[in-house]
Amino acid sequence: MKTILDVCDLCTSFGPVRAVDRVSFSLRSGEVLGLVGESGSGKSVTGFSVIRLLDQPGHISGGRILFHGRDLASETEEGMRQLRGNRIAMIFQDPMMTLNPVLHIDTQMVEAVRAHQKVGVAEARRQARDALGAVGIPSPEERLAAYPHQFSGGMRQRVAIAIALLHNPDVIIADEPTTALDVTIQAQILSEVQRLVRERNTSLIWITHDLSVVAGLADRVAVMYSGRIVEHGPTDPVLDHALHPYTHGLIGSVPSRNRRGQRLAQIPGTTMSIDRRPPGCPFHTRCARAQDVCRTEPPPVSRGAEHTALCFFPMEEAARLEVVQ
Amino acid sequence: MATWLLRRMFQAALVILAMTVLVFVGVNVIGNPVDIMISPDATQEVRQRAIEALGFDQPLWRQYLTFLGNAVTGDIGKSYVFNQPALDVILQRLPATLELAVSALLLSILIGLPLGLLAGFRPDHPTSRAIMAGSIFGFSLPSFWVGLMLIMTFSVYLGWLPSIGRGQTVSVLGIEVSFLTLDGLKHLALPALNLALYQISMVLRLTRAGVRETLHQDFIKFARAKGLRPRRIVFVHVLKNILIPIVTVVGLGFGHTVAFSVVTETVFAWPGMGKLIIDAINVLDRPIIVAYLMMIVVLFVVINLLVDLTYTLLDPRIRLETQE
Ligand SMILES: Nc1ncnc2c1ncn2[C@@H]1O[C@H](COP(=O)(O)OP(=O)(O)OP(=O)(O)O)[C@@H](O)[C@H]1O
Ligand code: SF4
Ligand SMILES: [Mg+2]
Repeated sequence: MKTILDVCDLCTSFGPVRAVDRVSFSLRSGEVLGLVGESGSGKSVTGFSVIRLLDQPGHISGGRILFHGRDLASETEEGMRQLRGNRIAMIFQDPMMTLNPVLHIDTQMVEAVRAHQKVGVAEARRQARDALGAVGIPSPEERLAAYPHQFSGGMRQRVAIAIALLHNPDVIIADEPTTALDVTIQAQILSEVQRLVRERNTSLIWITHDLSVVAGLADRVAVMYSGRIVEHGPTDPVLDHALHPYTHGLIGSVPSRNRRGQRLAQIPGTTMSIDRRPPGCPFHTRCARAQDVCRTEPPPVSRGAEHTALCFFPMEEAARLEVVQ
Repeated sequence: MATWLLRRMFQAALVILAMTVLVFVGVNVIGNPVDIMISPDATQEVRQRAIEALGFDQPLWRQYLTFLGNAVTGDIGKSYVFNQPALDVILQRLPATLELAVSALLLSILIGLPLGLLAGFRPDHPTSRAIMAGSIFGFSLPSFWVGLMLIMTFSVYLGWLPSIGRGQTVSVLGIEVSFLTLDGLKHLALPALNLALYQISMVLRLTRAGVRETLHQDFIKFARAKGLRPRRIVFVHVLKNILIPIVTVVGLGFGHTVAFSVVTETVFAWPGMGKLIIDAINVLDRPIIVAYLMMIVVLFVVINLLVDLTYTLLDPRIRLETQE
């Protein structure tokens, strides 16, 4: 399969603070990558770096983002504009905030079509209507004339997904798109997106802190901690035989039916603030396996080419994830 | 919509009625016009006749009811000075004031909005800093002083623009206007700028604040993620979101501009209502004062109504029916 996106040693800084530190991953066509990690681990910043929509003073301070072999880190702003929404699309976390409250849905969709395609308003509107239909919005023709506040949260997220799919992009970056929705809607949107990207062979980066979502959706998983990818590999090995103690802890903290009644395991301590990262392994303050070397030396990459972890003492025993069905 | 409008009209009528009481009582407190109109050495008999002719021998409440009864039919009394219906005198001067106020309003939008956008999008640019610093003068310097400085600079020192009167006017639909002749425009320039200065500062500061706030919203980021051109993001996505506070300020500011054109009209001898009211107060020409104040009240009520209507056009989330 063809590699669409190849991120190599990406560093993103806010002033002196490195929010994303030497992150590397690649994405093949049609592949789904799950990017997991706790709040503040740098998942969103990674996503926004790829589409180059970082808030000030954030900037890419190192590495390459090769998209079809072209380095986005050094692309011009106009070059990026032509890619955004067209070849690389993004879906945000809070559907209540992503649509402009004072513009009709059709205005916001027609402009998105016409940003990348020289077509008339009528043709753009037709494409917008079809896109709404494709994401399961009933009577799309009438809904086009509505305002965002006339939609529910789930419906608004469908509109955002429809907008992201308008130009059949190569990559969609979805930044926790279901977190703000209630559980039944979450499941609907999840299976809808899964169907759509499979049909169109779109690559997907799905950012989440919910491992059970990743288990059912992703081909590969990257686990982030304190701005770094600490474990990376195909979904099943990573979830069944986690190498990194942090991943292991994450898996242990997912509630499951078989362990009902038992106390949920918790990772002790809280995330290290990225601007006060300790020397050595960033996880050593919370790691039960930490030795002296972890506190002073940066951990090496361990295990095979496909499944890797940044750790001196990777886990031996398997940590099992039982997904709540 | 219709019920909303009816309710608003009813409220407006109540406001106007309340204002008639205030105005009437207020005007009675400021002095007795008879003292000014009749020479001090007139006989007691002459005095008495004048007082009766003006109805001042009646108790205040009866005077008020008489006034109200007449006002409903559009008769606010005759000016003591012009010996014409006061409303007519006011209405003759209204176009000059409105022309000045509308010019000031346009200036405040044409200058304030672009400067505010610039200061909002490029907050660290030296020009933006200069604009923000300058705007402080805009609403802290007293209007009459700025007016005098404008005259000093552009009329006395540079000699570019005239400082007095409306200049040459042309009649459009029976109304005299200055802005259609070059001479009229020259006369309009300084007073309009003087009157607009405060509004310009308000509009630009508000625009800047709105832009700063809106830029951080997710929907702007999403608009960029769609690959929209920067121009479309600025002029559609940002601008449409910040227009609501601006419409409020500009709308209500227009009422203030009309009401407080008094100072500017006096400085530039602009023959509008403001100058008329100052003259009327000097000679206690009550009907003129009352007619003027009522005119201002009606103006504010109408502007408020228009501002509310504009809201619904700008913000789909506001529904008139549900407003209490
Ligand atoms: N606008 C910003 N200014 C300064 N620092 C920022 C900014 N945005 C992010 N950061 C830094 O980057 C770190 C990672 O943030 P990021 O939003 O990527 O976390 P996340 O993994 O997406 O978390 P969450 O699950 O809460 O969304 C933050 O802890 C913060 O230190
Ligand atoms: S390197 Fe050491 S501290 Fe870091 S995760 Fe591995 S064992 Fe724990
Ligand atoms: Mg995030």
